[in-house]
Amino acid sequence: MLAQDDFFLAPGIEWFHLGPVIALVSGALVLLVVGALTPRWPRGLYAYVTALTAAVAGGLAVFNWNDITDDGVSTLVGGALAFDTFAQMITITVCAATLLVALVTDDELRRAGKDGPEVYALFLIAATGAVVMGSANDLILLFLGLETLSLALYVLAASDRERPTSQEAGIKYFVLGGFASAFFLYGIALIYGGTQSTNIGEIIGSFQTSVLLDGKDTLVLAGIALLIVGLGFKVAAVPFHMWTPDVYQGAPTNVTAFMASVGKAGAFAAMLRVLVIALPFHRDDWRPAIWVLAVLSLVIGSVLAVVQTDVKRMLAYSSISHAGFILVGVEAAGHNAGELAPGDGMPSVLTYLLLYSVLTVGSFAVVSLVARNNGGDTSLDAFKGLAQRRPTIALALTVFLLAQAGVPLTSGFIAKWGVIQAAVEEESYAIAIIAMVAAVVAAFLYLRIMVSTWLETGAESTEREAVPFSTGVAVFSAAAFTLLIGVWPGWLLDAAESVTTYAK
Amino acid sequence: MLDVIWLIPAFPLAGFLLILLFGRRLGEPKSGYLASAMVLASFVVSVGAYFDLLSMDSHERAHIETLFSWVPVSSLQIDMAFLADPLSITMCLFVTGIGFLIHLFAVGYMHGDPNFSKFFLYLNLFVLSMTILVLGENLLVTFLGWEGVGTCSYLLISFWHQRESAATAGKKAFVTNRVGDWGFMLAMFLGFEAVGSVSYHALNGAAEAGSLATSTATGIALLLFVGAVGKSAQLPLYIWLPDAMEGPTPVSALIHAATMVTAGVFLMTRMNPMLAAAAPEASTIIAVVGALTALFAATIAVAQTDIKKVLAYSTVSQLGYMFLAVGSGAFVAAIFHMVTHAFFKALMFLGSGSVIHGMHHEQDMRKMGALRKLMPITAATFIVGWLAIAGVPPFAGFWSKDEILLFALAKGGTWGPILYVVGLVTAVLTAFYMTRQVIMVFFGEAKWESHANAAEAPEGEDEMTHGAHGEFKPHESPPIMLFPLVVLAGLAAVGGLIQLPAFGFIPDGWQHKLEHWLEPVVEAGEAHIAGTSAYDNKELLALLAIACALIGIGVAVAIYAKKLVKPVEPQLLADGWKYDSGVSAFMGGPGRKAFEAIAWFDKNVVDGAVHGVAKLVGGAGGQIRKTQTGNVRNYAGIVGVGVVLLLAWFVIGRGVL
Amino acid sequence: MSLFLRDYLTVVWFGLAAILLAGLLLGVAAAVRPSRPSKEKLIAYESGVDPVGMGWSQSQIRYYVFALLFVIFDVEAVFIFPWATAVERYGWFGLITMLIFIVLLLDGLVYAWKRGLLRWV
Repeated sequence: MLAQDDFFLAPGIEWFHLGPVIALVSGALVLLVVGALTPRWPRGLYAYVTALTAAVAGGLAVFNWNDITDDGVSTLVGGALAFDTFAQMITITVCAATLLVALVTDDELRRAGKDGPEVYALFLIAATGAVVMGSANDLILLFLGLETLSLALYVLAASDRERPTSQEAGIKYFVLGGFASAFFLYGIALIYGGTQSTNIGEIIGSFQTSVLLDGKDTLVLAGIALLIVGLGFKVAAVPFHMWTPDVYQGAPTNVTAFMASVGKAGAFAAMLRVLVIALPFHRDDWRPAIWVLAVLSLVIGSVLAVVQTDVKRMLAYSSISHAGFILVGVEAAGHNAGELAPGDGMPSVLTYLLLYSVLTVGSFAVVSLVARNNGGDTSLDAFKGLAQRRPTIALALTVFLLAQAGVPLTSGFIAKWGVIQAAVEEESYAIAIIAMVAAVVAAFLYLRIMVSTWLETGAESTEREAVPFSTGVAVFSAAAFTLLIGVWPGWLLDAAESVTTYAK
Repeated sequence: MLDVIWLIPAFPLAGFLLILLFGRRLGEPKSGYLASAMVLASFVVSVGAYFDLLSMDSHERAHIETLFSWVPVSSLQIDMAFLADPLSITMCLFVTGIGFLIHLFAVGYMHGDPNFSKFFLYLNLFVLSMTILVLGENLLVTFLGWEGVGTCSYLLISFWHQRESAATAGKKAFVTNRVGDWGFMLAMFLGFEAVGSVSYHALNGAAEAGSLATSTATGIALLLFVGAVGKSAQLPLYIWLPDAMEGPTPVSALIHAATMVTAGVFLMTRMNPMLAAAAPEASTIIAVVGALTALFAATIAVAQTDIKKVLAYSTVSQLGYMFLAVGSGAFVAAIFHMVTHAFFKALMFLGSGSVIHGMHHEQDMRKMGALRKLMPITAATFIVGWLAIAGVPPFAGFWSKDEILLFALAKGGTWGPILYVVGLVTAVLTAFYMTRQVIMVFFGEAKWESHANAAEAPEGEDEMTHGAHGEFKPHESPPIMLFPLVVLAGLAAVGGLIQLPAFGFIPDGWQHKLEHWLEPVVEAGEAHIAGTSAYDNKELLALLAIACALIGIGVAVAIYAKKLVKPVEPQLLADGWKYDSGVSAFMGGPGRKAFEAIAWFDKNVVDGAVHGVAKLVGGAGGQIRKTQTGNVRNYAGIVGVGVVLLLAWFVIGRGVL
Repeated sequence: MSLFLRDYLTVVWFGLAAILLAGLLLGVAAAVRPSRPSKEKLIAYESGVDPVGMGWSQSQIRYYVFALLFVIFDVEAVFIFPWATAVERYGWFGLITMLIFIVLLLDGLVYAWKRGLLRWV
């Protein structure tokens, strides 16, 4: 085919609009290469370079946002990437989470004497993957992003080489992740078979212009099924969640925080791109499937979280339950997908992702502080008496937990309220009620941690947790953000409104 | 200055944050001075705003400063906005002004308290909330401040929470105020339902334009009044205020006399067009409740023996006067009395604080006496406050009380004369119990030696020796506590100048200054009494009021100073007509039965259901958990089952069939 | 049944036929042939030579690094050859893209080198 094509038009590269991705990749390369060529950098510099990179990328995304508000949405690099506020919002979410995680990681690594550029470079590479997933306008590119993110995460999960559980987590995640990626890729192939394209714009076009033959539609449907499998695995939706507790518990805490924030944000962004943006014509086909995944995730995530005794594992199950909540938003977005007035589903999902990312990084940061004090113990017992030893840290943890439970005046309430309200608006009352019941069940879990923290006294011999500066900054700013959004959510909700105008 | 009106709450906020962060490091007395400086800065901004407003035309004197869009949810658009107009600036001036003086006083009063910084933390938080309350441009912002001052009030009442009674009093205030807040919230919802906005501008505008149904306006007005009854301690919800005296005395002065409790009056004044649009019954109900409270509380005050309890019931009574004014359409008089009351009641509370401080935390008046020799400045200033509240011209209280009575009589109808007489009787009682207090505390013979550890002659002793060896001797307070007293005494003496009546001998330029100032705010609701027979005879009525005050004072002097008659202090009055204990008894008796029934229901039905669900969750969790084997093959198997099910759904369920 | 699935019926028939045929042949053979196992007959077949060691044997981890590097450069070649056949058509755009690609891989190599992964220890 290519040989006969005499004209090759090089796609235009909008360098500035690609800024966030370029910034992240260059940050990773600098860390990796310069880090390898030079002797060990002075204390914390790796982390600060990472944080700076993430901040720059996030800042560029904000610039891009302004450009989009002024000039409208468009596609980049020959239609491969979408340039819209959706993509920028995911970019900002990912960068914010990366920044916080980098700050938390700094102390964790240096204390263990394992400071080095690799982990940070992998963070940035994974973040790049997530950003690409959020901006992809082509299924192949989306898959590339997914793999970039996943491969980096596999390595990160196993990055604590001295702990067998970390190795176990890495290998489990790798095997199952490869399994799921294969399904995803197969799904893309089937979609290509049905629509003759992997470009999202062209996929939509093919549904708009041609009446599909019977068989081609079956190809597309089978493709959607497999795409949902791949995405469901990445977002940890029941029944594709089995890896989550083991991997979350086994991986180093900072990596778990990263997975729960950046990993989830990227995967859900991809899900919206694939289902809501690329496949609105099949919304009545995939919506029931998402409905079932959402309900299963909500119920099983919340119920299983309650019976755990390890805080990291609890948070892993709670992340499954959060995935259920976000799926409620995706389901709501499915009702009017592709229409001019697409409803509140998409904004609610993106808001949830941003707020949840910050929350979860904050929670895991506190867990890592406590764990470090107890020789890696993250059981509920380790949290006993935290309030006496470190009242401010206990207070921050309480803020995060209250927010995860969805208590008003915290960002978690805004997030949960958003998705449930979106569901109610589409008259999906059943799922809204199930979500609220699941929230009540899950509240018990957060209460358990709070009770351990505040009401029970720890062993006399327990030392006070050391709170290093950069972790303190991360925890404090995450808590401040959580409360700020809780009382003053207007601007964020306004900003999220605009994501329903997307490029394709 | 109007553009930076947000600085008024911003300064106490800064103080709050600074003390929160560095309070323990600053310690005593620096955190106290910091807090005071912040309130002083707010006062300076308020003064600036006052002059800004003064330079404008009287009908342009309203400036809305929007900080940000607070709740932008489709039709519900609420801004975080401040409204600077004559009413809110008047409130700001006296809240921050008196607040500053009380902060200073507290630096001395709280000396040596282990939680010194925390006290000022709460005080600054209170000033912050109070300024938000009065500056709010809509009901929701005001409600934010409303809840804020409530919270601070509970925190400060139970500041010495080691004392059982203080903790209980805090709880009582909390519960009682909830009832009132319920009214406030319902009023807010009703207003939004009817007008589609909660901003004062929109609500009052609709009321003035007559686009509100009379029934709706009445509903809003009465529900707001329920809120005001809770916050301003009126019948039947006044019971928390006397107990609130468990808090440190500066708190009683600032929150439970001068500022917070007047929030209800402020709210009614702010919504005066709504009251005007409501049916006349609404106003009458307010006036009657106010007058009854005034009389009721005054009778209780007559028999109290705790120096602060007298002042507390007196505050309830004076607040009743203000509601009587509101109900009679005398909004200017209500604000006037609020300001003068703030002067003299803060003065007397601080004076009592000074006495308590000097008496080593003794509050029983029967164990005082003859303190004027040992505490000359406290005594002198207290006497000024006494003359002011008793209604002796030319002190401030006389002018404001007289104006309220005038409006009550001018209200006419069946109720006007009745309310007037009730007001007069209350005035007599007020003069009586205040005179009683002054005599018991500052005159007569000293009764405090009798319980001192070592009997020491009070005269000629070195002041510094007190307490050192267990001997007991009252002493004058330090200058930092006396300074506020002196300033407040000055204000209480001349405060009447801001609203002198139209008596023939008073020059035109000096009359009704406050009324002209507040006119743009209250013109819709203010009653017009010029031309009524009461107005024409106002000089006569004033003479009658003076006579009443003198009768009250005379009787008290005859009984307590000259001992001509044996004092009669029925236990029934000392117990507050058994109202408080009656409420407690009801709550403990039949009420408790009802609560127990609810508790049984809650325990056996609701909890049963909850526990059942919890058990179910635990059991189901245990079962599902077994699938989590940790074995990758099993995981992959489950993923595989998911794949098959999804494929089946899509291909067979949606494709083939 | 849909047109689409009917297309695949042929595959199903072929599959069934294959299973049937293989099963038939093996089954007949098993039924007919004599079975007399001995120790020599049961040892693994290794081109007629006696096998050394167990069936499970570990290879040197050092080979793994080389295998990985080989794969990386192999993949590089897979991308570079098709590009090389049409360098002129893709022009500067293609050249720069490919340069970025190679630089990225080189970065990896430099990293591996500096970390001492290429040394045979």
